[in-house]
Amino acid sequence: MLDSVEMSSADLSLQGWQKKDLLDTDVLTRDEIMLIMQNADVMAGVRSRRERKVATLRGRTIVTLFYEQSTRTRASFEVAGKALGADVVNITASGSSVGKGESLVDTVRTLEAIGADALVLRHHRSGAACLAARHTAAGVINGGDGTHAHPTQALLDLFTMRRRFGDIAGRKIVIVGDVLHSRVARSNLWSLVALGAQVVLCGPATLLPRTIGGGDFEEGRCEVTTDFDAAIQGADVVMALRMQKERQERGLIPSLREYINGYQVTTRRLERAAPDALVMHPGPMNEGVEIAPDVAHGLRSVIEEQVANGVAVRMAILYLLVAGRYS
Amino acid sequence: MTETLHLGPDEIGRMIRRLAHEIVENNRGAEGLVLAGMLARGYPLAARLEAEIARFESMDVPTGSLDIGLYRDDVTRRSTPISLRPSQMPDIDGATVVLVDDVLFTGRSVRAALDALLDFGRPARVRLAVLIDRGHRELPIRPDFVGKNIPTALVQSVDVRLLETDGEDGVYVSGEEAAHA
Repeated sequence: MLDSVEMSSADLSLQGWQKKDLLDTDVLTRDEIMLIMQNADVMAGVRSRRERKVATLRGRTIVTLFYEQSTRTRASFEVAGKALGADVVNITASGSSVGKGESLVDTVRTLEAIGADALVLRHHRSGAACLAARHTAAGVINGGDGTHAHPTQALLDLFTMRRRFGDIAGRKIVIVGDVLHSRVARSNLWSLVALGAQVVLCGPATLLPRTIGGGDFEEGRCEVTTDFDAAIQGADVVMALRMQKERQERGLIPSLREYINGYQVTTRRLERAAPDALVMHPGPMNEGVEIAPDVAHGLRSVIEEQVANGVAVRMAILYLLVAGRYS
Repeated sequence: MTETLHLGPDEIGRMIRRLAHEIVENNRGAEGLVLAGMLARGYPLAARLEAEIARFESMDVPTGSLDIGLYRDDVTRRSTPISLRPSQMPDIDGATVVLVDDVLFTGRSVRAALDALLDFGRPARVRLAVLIDRGHRELPIRPDFVGKNIPTALVQSVDVRLLETDGEDGVYVSGEEAAHA
């Protein structure tokens, strides 16, 4: 009875969300990305009210399972889950049976048996979230796997750009740094290209991939260059990636000094970008390496906004994965 | 499935004018009123009430839109998530808020709307205005202002269409033959 009752009332534009998991942005359709953006708008509204919490997911359990260190992603998911009224349980590799050698699959099955409706997984191995998703009925959200994907970061980046620009079709977005090892760059590429942005991947030749997703360079969906000063010309967004110090130890860059000379986002370089260009960074930043301190905290920086928007976007994703899963 | 036009544009227009007068009379003026239109079709109705009140009271009543998606009692009982729309509400602290919806049926949507509304502030009082009351309440909720009562059978559906959302003004009843109380 309840169903027939409710059907007559509200659902005007019920766009289907059928996915169990969120593993990467490359499996999302444009409509699905837009649905996440719309719901994130609603969640941002919730977060800006006096009462910043709802009870929508009351009785649902969300587990964050982190095999790698994280501040913002883990905390952001925890706040997002609690703002929707869910119970959130945080597990880190060091304080759990993972330290005793329990396999990822066994851990995931155990957490499902405990009652997890959704699992947020961060792991150093590419493909870990996909493996986990195959072995559980719980919704799996990829919170970063190896050098593969970080879809919620890409979606919060997109949300931040859309809040400033509206439609991002035709906007020039330059992602600069260690693109080769960056799951953030990869996931951003898929969602930005899906919405019609012009993406330029930029970095030293040793830190650029030769192919992405089987030949997208050739299809002209994005541009790849080693010349940052040329790439930044007219850019609407400049996104700096974290430079891991170990890259230098492995011989991928000659010296940090040389990297800074060629690729640091500086005030002087930003003069060539569009007048209203945004500076973004997924964090944590190495100020003075990939980004100059005055740029990181300057007028064009939306880096703190990215963090704040992360909560709304993760609420939207948790809502979509958990709200429709009761049966 | 038969569908019959129950009320046309003229009747809907007259009902809205009468509701606007009743709301203002009940409040002894338009001072302190806030209209909260429940999405999707309560909102255009609230906007029409606002325009009507502005016409005869020469006063702009703050009017907002309220989405109840996050507050529904079946939110985790469906195979696909309920679609959400942003709410836009003015300040409601201390105001007399009139919730506006198109059809009052089980009362579950109004229950959800009360929860949604109270997350925006603490109104002095909340009233309920609906265009159509079709009966069959499942919760102890009653309207304060009603455009028209249309007795129905449970198997029937009542469909309010508005110019703003559907391109026409009309109230349709469909399903088995209309039940007359």
